[in-house]
Amino acid sequence: MSAVGLVAAFEAAVAEPAENNPVLNISIFLAFVAVTLVIVIRAGRNNRTAADYYTGGRSFTGPQNGFAIAGDYLSAASFLGIVGAIAVNGYDGFLYSIGFLVAWLVALLLVAELMRNTGKFTMADVLSFRLAQRPVRVAAAITTLAVCFFYLLAQMAGAGGLVSLLLGINDKLGQSIVVTVVGGLMILYVLIGGMKGTTWVQIVKAFLLIIGAGVMTVWVLVLNGFNLSTLLDAAVANSATSPADAILAPGLQYGGNPLDFISLAIALVLGTAGLPHVLMRFYTVPSAREARRSVVWAIFLIGAFYLFTLVLGFGAAALVGADTILASPGGVNSAAPLLSLALGGPLLLGLISAIAFATILAVVAGLTITAATSFAHDIYASVIKKGKGNPDGEVKIARRTVVVIGVLAIVGGIGVQGQNIAFLVALAFAVAASANLPTILYSLFWRGFTTRGALWSMYGGLGSAILLIVFSPVFSGTPTSMFGDGVDFALYPLNNPGIVSIPLGFLLGWIGSLTSTRTEDPKLAAEMAVRSLTGFGAEKATEH
Amino acid sequence: MTDSLKDARPQGSIDYVAFENSERFRNLQHRRRRFVVPLVVFFLVWYFGFVVAAAYLPEVMARPVWGSVNLGLVLGLGQFVTTFAITIWYVGFSNRTLDPLGAELRAELEQKARA
Repeated sequence: MSAVGLVAAFEAAVAEPAENNPVLNISIFLAFVAVTLVIVIRAGRNNRTAADYYTGGRSFTGPQNGFAIAGDYLSAASFLGIVGAIAVNGYDGFLYSIGFLVAWLVALLLVAELMRNTGKFTMADVLSFRLAQRPVRVAAAITTLAVCFFYLLAQMAGAGGLVSLLLGINDKLGQSIVVTVVGGLMILYVLIGGMKGTTWVQIVKAFLLIIGAGVMTVWVLVLNGFNLSTLLDAAVANSATSPADAILAPGLQYGGNPLDFISLAIALVLGTAGLPHVLMRFYTVPSAREARRSVVWAIFLIGAFYLFTLVLGFGAAALVGADTILASPGGVNSAAPLLSLALGGPLLLGLISAIAFATILAVVAGLTITAATSFAHDIYASVIKKGKGNPDGEVKIARRTVVVIGVLAIVGGIGVQGQNIAFLVALAFAVAASANLPTILYSLFWRGFTTRGALWSMYGGLGSAILLIVFSPVFSGTPTSMFGDGVDFALYPLNNPGIVSIPLGFLLGWIGSLTSTRTEDPKLAAEMAVRSLTGFGAEKATEH
Repeated sequence: MTDSLKDARPQGSIDYVAFENSERFRNLQHRRRRFVVPLVVFFLVWYFGFVVAAAYLPEVMARPVWGSVNLGLVLGLGQFVTTFAITIWYVGFSNRTLDPLGAELRAELEQKARA
């Protein structure tokens, strides 16, 4: 069938919901949810201690954890968001893939093993190691919660868009119900399964996602004679831009504002190593060596996946067309599902969408458990109970936090329907890179870093990133803004705050440390340096 | 199951400052830095060079290299290649050189903690 014929078939499917087959879609969804729930229940049976609940008892191997990292990282943003961005904006969408991948080198070379060796459960463990415990812990927990929340919003937007496409639900109320159901399911997963259950869901989901995307990639390549140039020509032939081949070169989305492109690129490459739910994954393995192995697995899985997205994005542009994608119920985020419909009909659409849905569920669960751990371990146990509470109470608090975060994510998720998910995730990356990364790097590599530096950097980075987002075109001033173009308080011209807030986070950490009057304990600093490099105290003692 | 880390926190019998200044520890630290720092500088310069080129020289990036595959796409895919290559290189170096040094020092620390 020709590309035109496929598009016509798709248009017919949209016009005639019976062919898009919501019943089939829902059945596949329910089967997925059932299978993953069984996994979670089985894995959750042995959750006894706090370490079991938070880190799965550190029992995962490097490759398993690598799949779980890929599962955490390849969120709806990567699948739905990037494929959509490439299908609509061509080359400019490809930048997401590159930035998201190269970012892993920061995590691998500078952060992963050292963090693994100095911490126990959370990022705050490392940051507060040699500084004043309570204030630094609270600050790190707050930035953790903020990043998780932004990231959650993006996933919720993805869930709403995806299901509205599949079930033909276009009204606000229907989408809100969908978001509520996703939130409810996620709360259930995390409550029952803890970290172990969540990790297994990530592993299964990463496997399915990579296989699914791989099959579609090969399929698109077969249609184009395994020739990338032919695929690009087909995308250009179906392009509505002028000139038509503008999608192959940079500038389609950011041509008028190259600084925004650079700001986004900075946030992408520096954000990963500050993402709390990624950092938390370094603690689910028994040693730094396994942490390194898992990052290597993750890099190859994630890299392969992003190569797929390039083919899928241009494939969607060629076979579905940017205009059809933008006009569909899910908007730009529906490029990947529409491509699967064009390739394999309603059955493939149902399968791919179920995988995308599982992706969202799993990532949301991973984020939630990270946020809950941080609140229970860093704020409740260490600050409110001053380390005197019992671990059972800590897990109980973590479970209650899960429910609170779930409800917040549902409410927020209803508010952000229709935004591009990759773009929303990029904001979470910017917040992570501004608020977390400077303090992480300073703690690990700069002896002169002080408590004041850490607090200024974390609060300053977080505050400036959020303020800049509020006063950016994301919130007001353009037709696609959250408040529309009726109000305009967009004082900051760029969509991404990274180019200002990330350097500011580093600068504040430096100035804060230089002006600090408190002297930090040199013994603790030496201990941290020794332990971070040797793994002493963090690994099970070697048997002699 | 108990958490091994909780109990493993050393109870202060080790002089970390002296240990940190020991030649063998300095050696490990030095070798890691000498390997990692140039790599980090390289990939950041290469990545941001690419980004700046894409932002300000789109017409250069649009130059066809092979069929419709243009320079921008080739450089973008080049980022993938270097990321994979750096990963493999670093892991090889860590496994061969850093891990044995770290394990030796860790064994020494464990002995001290027991004494």
